[in-house]
Amino acid sequence: MSDVVETHELTMRFGGVVAVNNVNFNLRERELRCLIGPNGAGKSTFFKCLTGQYQLNHTNGRVFIRGSDVTGWRAHEIVRLGVGIKTQVPSVMNGLTVEENLWLAARRIHGWNGTPGALDEIIAELQLSEFAKRLVGELAHGQRQLVEIGMVLAQRPWLVLLDEPAAGMTGDEVDRLAKVIRRINQTASVIVVDHDMEFVRMLGSNVTVFHQGAVLMEGPCDQVLSDEKVREVYIGTRAK
Amino acid sequence: MDYAGVVFLEIIYMIAFLALTSAGLAVVFGMMRVINLAHGEFVMLGGYTTLTCYKAGINIYFAMLIVAPIVVGLIGLIVERLIIRFLYGRMIDTMLATWGLSLFLIGAVTMIFGSSAVNVPTPISGYELGSYQMGGYNLFIIFVAFAVMAGVWLVLRYTRVGLIARGAMQNAAVASSLGYNPKTVYMITFTAGAALAGLAGGVLAPLTGLLPTSGGAYIAKAFITIVTGGAAVIAGTLSSSVIFGVVSQVVSFASTPVIGEIAMLALAIVLLRLMPQGITGRFFRNST
Amino acid sequence: MITAWRSIGGVRWGWFIAFALVLLLWPLAYDTHTATVLLIWALFALSLGFMWGYAGILSFGHSAYFGLGAYVYAISAVNIGESTIPLILAILIPALVAAVIGAMMFYGRISDVYMGVMTLVVSLIMFKFMNATAGDQYAIGDARLGGFNGMPGFPTLNVPGAPHISLWGVPTYYVCAVSLLLCYLLCRWILARSFGRVLLGIRENETRCELLGYNAPAVKTAIFIISAAMAGLSGCYFANWAEIVTPSVFSLQTSSDVIIWTMVGGVGTLIGPILGAMALGMVKLLLGQQTLINNFLVFGAILIVVVLAMPSGVIPAFQKWWGNRSRRSRAPSNGGRARRRLTVKPAERP
Repeated sequence: MSDVVETHELTMRFGGVVAVNNVNFNLRERELRCLIGPNGAGKSTFFKCLTGQYQLNHTNGRVFIRGSDVTGWRAHEIVRLGVGIKTQVPSVMNGLTVEENLWLAARRIHGWNGTPGALDEIIAELQLSEFAKRLVGELAHGQRQLVEIGMVLAQRPWLVLLDEPAAGMTGDEVDRLAKVIRRINQTASVIVVDHDMEFVRMLGSNVTVFHQGAVLMEGPCDQVLSDEKVREVYIGTRAK
Repeated sequence: MDYAGVVFLEIIYMIAFLALTSAGLAVVFGMMRVINLAHGEFVMLGGYTTLTCYKAGINIYFAMLIVAPIVVGLIGLIVERLIIRFLYGRMIDTMLATWGLSLFLIGAVTMIFGSSAVNVPTPISGYELGSYQMGGYNLFIIFVAFAVMAGVWLVLRYTRVGLIARGAMQNAAVASSLGYNPKTVYMITFTAGAALAGLAGGVLAPLTGLLPTSGGAYIAKAFITIVTGGAAVIAGTLSSSVIFGVVSQVVSFASTPVIGEIAMLALAIVLLRLMPQGITGRFFRNST
Repeated sequence: MITAWRSIGGVRWGWFIAFALVLLLWPLAYDTHTATVLLIWALFALSLGFMWGYAGILSFGHSAYFGLGAYVYAISAVNIGESTIPLILAILIPALVAAVIGAMMFYGRISDVYMGVMTLVVSLIMFKFMNATAGDQYAIGDARLGGFNGMPGFPTLNVPGAPHISLWGVPTYYVCAVSLLLCYLLCRWILARSFGRVLLGIRENETRCELLGYNAPAVKTAIFIISAAMAGLSGCYFANWAEIVTPSVFSLQTSSDVIIWTMVGGVGTLIGPILGAMALGMVKLLLGQQTLINNFLVFGAILIVVVLAMPSGVIPAFQKWWGNRSRRSRAPSNGGRARRRLTVKPAERP
């Protein structure tokens, strides 16, 4: 299977700080990968490089998605390839209802006629029906995250990038989320960025550990999480 | 050689003019993100205050340096209490309300003072630079501008009041948990900005005929100066004043004053496009 | 299902036809000359209100496109002698300028305040430029620009293809009325499509819409162009109405007038700016005829009061009151307040 995501020597600097340091990263088709690391390790910056939220140029290295060189592409161009993106800070339309948010997400792919059906599916899967007609701005943080996941799903992506999807969710919602992610993984490749070890364990996938902007270690979940070096890097936060 | 001296002084004067008229707006924008579109009218009110004092026999320096800032500062305080404080955080609404205020003030002044120009005589006479006759008063303005910039910088940087103000601007919640009421800080800052505008208006009053609509000449330039300058109060104002002052005067001397003004405006567009956060959003990031 | 989207729904045909009838019969009851300029101002306000209310783009210098329409018409009418092409140019050239300026602003991710400055500066540049063009050497073809005195004496609207049949007077009123109605329908049509919903989404959260695959800068530029085209058309009609074009068409006064009208009428509706412009335009004309109370004072006070008390404008406030009165209070309080509040806390650095 060829790689769905590839980075070559990806580097990102902010002034004197090297946030992402020469990272060579690969994701295979239909793989589920978690990116973990302590705060400031560069995972979110790396994520933003993949998702077109920084204007990259040739000095930053290269990013490939399914073979296309997307370095320097803007976010909406990457999305149009078939990539679903959920950012760290819940990014939803607070002044519109849940249904209206989902409608905008689904419209581009499903067309005017197909959208209502797609909406019903998503609302059912994520169990959003009890607040489907409420303004998103009025929902709790975790519910808003679910709506955003729904918006990602509505676009039927083959690559899904999620930055801290479980943040602020109740235990119940986290369970729901893990199920959804595993379901998505049946048809799409997924990258999840998080620093919550419990959630990562729940997903049980391969893990890439970031530290000081570079990849410290990569491997199956249990192996990585019990590694000495990784624990050291997490001392002071939540080493389990 | 004399001509070079003239050009040089004209450039310095333009920089001083921009810095002085923008100072009040810079304090308010840089510290509170409030765009006061009535700033030009505050400047104009400073001029009329000076005029009224002069007519009443008060010493003109006293009028322009003491009375004008106090009077306009008070007006600013009233405006803040009645209008601005309900609109914090709503930048566009503040701009609209202050635009309305500027119209209101023009109307009020017109009704009180009439709409024909009035003059305040220049207290300092001219001097000669080689074969050119120069306005001595311009030197005074340059001096005042410099003093104002230095004064504001010193206050913000080195006094307790300045530190509290900067702290409250950075993080209102922390400031209030330390016992400082951010609302009071905003109120005082806006008043200070108005006072600075009044000072500028007082000092500039002798230059040209004073009209109720004089404010319009100041607001556009001040506006683009501080927005291009960016968030840092002094560094931003100075850097953009320098750039605009130099460009506008050089182009003016090379062609006509109108082209000079247009060049300055066009440059503003280019700079804003290249540096959307203003000059001090890109360079001199952590300066005052 | 759709709640906030109610504001962009289809045309309420009953009201529309009633309004159209009023417009068409108005000349029978009222001085046509005054009525014409009110319609022109209404069209100008519609152009701003469409862009501001639904895309969140507030231009502080919308007079730039109004003025361009006026001057382009005058200059080309003098040179061509017939009014059809000048009218078309008065729509196209502002649209082109808007394309350039808009693309520069939106692709450059210029945020609200800085966009306000840029649009203001553009109109200022045009004002200062036109003001300084007194003298014979400033002419385009046969048309002398005239500086601060302006350009008088250009041919006014005529029946297309028949330069000798003038449309001056009552026919011009009907041209303006029909244009206003057609532009209103155009705006409604645009909003009723998916495009309208995308617009609202972009206005709410531009980043999110980009992450959904929508090209936000392109959408905003498109709206800006349409708005400028309508403003240009209203400027062209204004030139015809006044029979002279002076640099005051580019003035801050003109820009602020249209903002006040739109705001008072109601940002977030289409009918609000139209009615606001007509009502306040009337007030302006009446105030101009007396000298007791100063014009500026009144409009300044109105703007302040509206911003403080009814920031969404009169029409939405009325809609809300009407909605509450009819006990349709089940509808979410978001109701007619489609305009976004731009909230940047003082403590937030950009």
